[in-house]
Amino acid sequence: MERHMVYSLFERLWHWTQAFLVITLLITGFEIHGMYDNLGYAIATDLHGDLAWALIGLWILAIFWHFTTGEWKHYIPTTKKLLDVMMYYGGGIFEGKDHPYKKDIHAKHNPLQRLAYLGLKLGISPVIWISGLLYMFYNDWQALGLEGMLTLEYVALAHTAAAFAMLVFLIGHVYMAFTCRPVYAHLKAMITGYDDH
Amino acid sequence: MYTRTGRMVLALVATMVLGIWSMPLHAEVSTSGKLSSKSTADHSKFKQLQGPFDSGPAVTKACLSCHTEAAKQVMKTKHWTWESKQSDTGQMLGKKHVVNSFCGTPKSNWEACTACHVGYGWEDNSFDFNKQENVDCLTCHDQSEQYEKAVGGAGHPKGYEAPKQKKYLDDHAKSPRQAVDLVDAAQSVGLPTRRNCGSCHFVGGGDDGVKHGDMDTSLVEPDEFLDIHMDVNGNNFSCTACHRTHGHKIPGSRYKPTAKDTQGIEAPSDATSRASCESCHGTEVKGHSAKLNQHVDKIACQTCHIPIIARGGVKTKTVWDWSTAGNMDKNGKPITERNEDGDVTYSAKKGHFEWEEELLPEYRWFDGQVKYTLFGEKIDDSKPVPINGIQGSYEDGKSRIWPFKIMKGKQVYDPINKHLLVMHTYGDDDTAFWKNFDWKKSLEAGAKEPGAPAFSGQHAFVSTEMYWPITHMVASADDALTCKDCHAENGRLAELTDFYLPGRDKMAVLDGIGWFAVIMTSLGVTGHGSLRIYWHYRRRREEKANSNGEES
Repeated sequence: MERHMVYSLFERLWHWTQAFLVITLLITGFEIHGMYDNLGYAIATDLHGDLAWALIGLWILAIFWHFTTGEWKHYIPTTKKLLDVMMYYGGGIFEGKDHPYKKDIHAKHNPLQRLAYLGLKLGISPVIWISGLLYMFYNDWQALGLEGMLTLEYVALAHTAAAFAMLVFLIGHVYMAFTCRPVYAHLKAMITGYDDH
Repeated sequence: MYTRTGRMVLALVATMVLGIWSMPLHAEVSTSGKLSSKSTADHSKFKQLQGPFDSGPAVTKACLSCHTEAAKQVMKTKHWTWESKQSDTGQMLGKKHVVNSFCGTPKSNWEACTACHVGYGWEDNSFDFNKQENVDCLTCHDQSEQYEKAVGGAGHPKGYEAPKQKKYLDDHAKSPRQAVDLVDAAQSVGLPTRRNCGSCHFVGGGDDGVKHGDMDTSLVEPDEFLDIHMDVNGNNFSCTACHRTHGHKIPGSRYKPTAKDTQGIEAPSDATSRASCESCHGTEVKGHSAKLNQHVDKIACQTCHIPIIARGGVKTKTVWDWSTAGNMDKNGKPITERNEDGDVTYSAKKGHFEWEEELLPEYRWFDGQVKYTLFGEKIDDSKPVPINGIQGSYEDGKSRIWPFKIMKGKQVYDPINKHLLVMHTYGDDDTAFWKNFDWKKSLEAGAKEPGAPAFSGQHAFVSTEMYWPITHMVASADDALTCKDCHAENGRLAELTDFYLPGRDKMAVLDGIGWFAVIMTSLGVTGHGSLRIYWHYRRRREEKANSNGEES
């Protein structure tokens, strides 16, 4: 069995920090949205703001990392083998067939992953970023010349919609992490950085 | 009416006594915001103040012999003129002109209402506003705590009224009236305390706490719970600590409040003082998180820090229905009804009342402008008439959410001419409603007043609303509102629906789609996973069966 370093230390730190931040932001965010009482509105709100800044900082680091290392190329979408991968999850996986895609350090994401992560990075995340920052700087709209161009309601709705999308992504992502053989292989790779295939 | 004054004094004395009783023993007990005297003058030693004085004006003349500019200063203020021209609405306001939801108006009832005028002898429209000795120094500066002006005395000290009023008051008093001691009062003078200001402002509308809801005799000796600033054992602020006075000009007016003070902390160089929270606390408060501080753009400090109206144990009047006034009993005597607490709920003179304490404020956008429905202005009698319509909205960028006591009433108006009418209520004459219970006579007499609108001969009653911004009885941070009081469904701001409020508002469709997607995804992965497990074990069984088959 060959051992490849697939996930660098930065990538792993980025992944797990982001996971922690996204989950706590979801928990605090839905409390602010009025779904439940957990930490209390004041704590939830202040924490949500602080965590958001941490996530923004992390994202800036990650963007920098992606472009300086060329890692962004892992997210270029492709249709090659996409159908095979989809067929696999729809059928082959139950029959115990092998995954049609072989990971390597030059292309570590399968076509479905590429699409999903690209959707996260170019779809959900920017909506969360922009709506969240507008939300945060609501009091400065007048100074920024935004008054009259949008309403807090639209910003809040966009932010909520993106939060739901993030939650859906999170559920799918966590499940997909356990669709390998052995089931903990992906998890182990994301912790140690080595892929045992 | 005399008994009302008596009750007011009794309440003041009672609160004082209780206040002193409940206080720890200090060497110097300072009550009702009285500054322990650091004055360089002992007024009891002044030759001019040895008396005797035969009238209020005689005392004022003595005061003016040293304080040469004092009367001129007072005469420029609303306390004296009862007039206030509003630059932005063009309206002439002040007690002389406005309508209120209580006794209606001082017009044609001067000698009763001017008990709270800072002057002597305003009994009719001939009052001379230029006579300096008519300024009443004592009502604000007396520290003998026995100085008093009776309702019906046209502003003169009790016992020193003009012969006509004195005779009426003496004849109608339940017990012999004791005149105030003018010499004692004159020698006691000092800076105004809460008791001085409260002698009018706590009892406006005829009795303790009636009008404001955030000002009553409980503020003479408040504790920390009732008011963090005026707490007798703490800051013990007098009214003038915030309403900082320059040359008798007192800032802070209900006619044009500062709804949003963006200037922040007041500097000694500032030309005028502002009786706003921000003038001491600034626009960013220590102890607030960044997000909480941002709230001051849209929320008045009072909105969170005055959680409850009338929270000092004194009730405030919330409804005054004039339309039922005039009911007599079988013997033809005016009816009076009281509730179990002894509050008057019906009086033939005045109609029905409702009283409340510890009531929730109502919240409205407010930009500081107040548009009064003045006498003679056309009204729409199909809905409640805003006696003092408060202006402002979410969109205008200058309004904030303020707490209000909304006084509801039914007031007399002319259904033909469609305007509010002047009621002549008080007086020792045949036309006064409180004497003869005849609306037609009362309204005809009222219509003769200068500035009163015409009376067609027909009268009816229209629903009215009067808005009282709440700004006193400030709670500590611990007792202030919490986020969830507003950021929740059916919270305190449930009625202000013209903006998106996080925690309160959501788009049901979006939440529906969102949760549907979340549930479907969860079901999808659970189903997928279950199938995987099922097929996994089925394969294992088949493999086992196969290998067993091969063996056999």
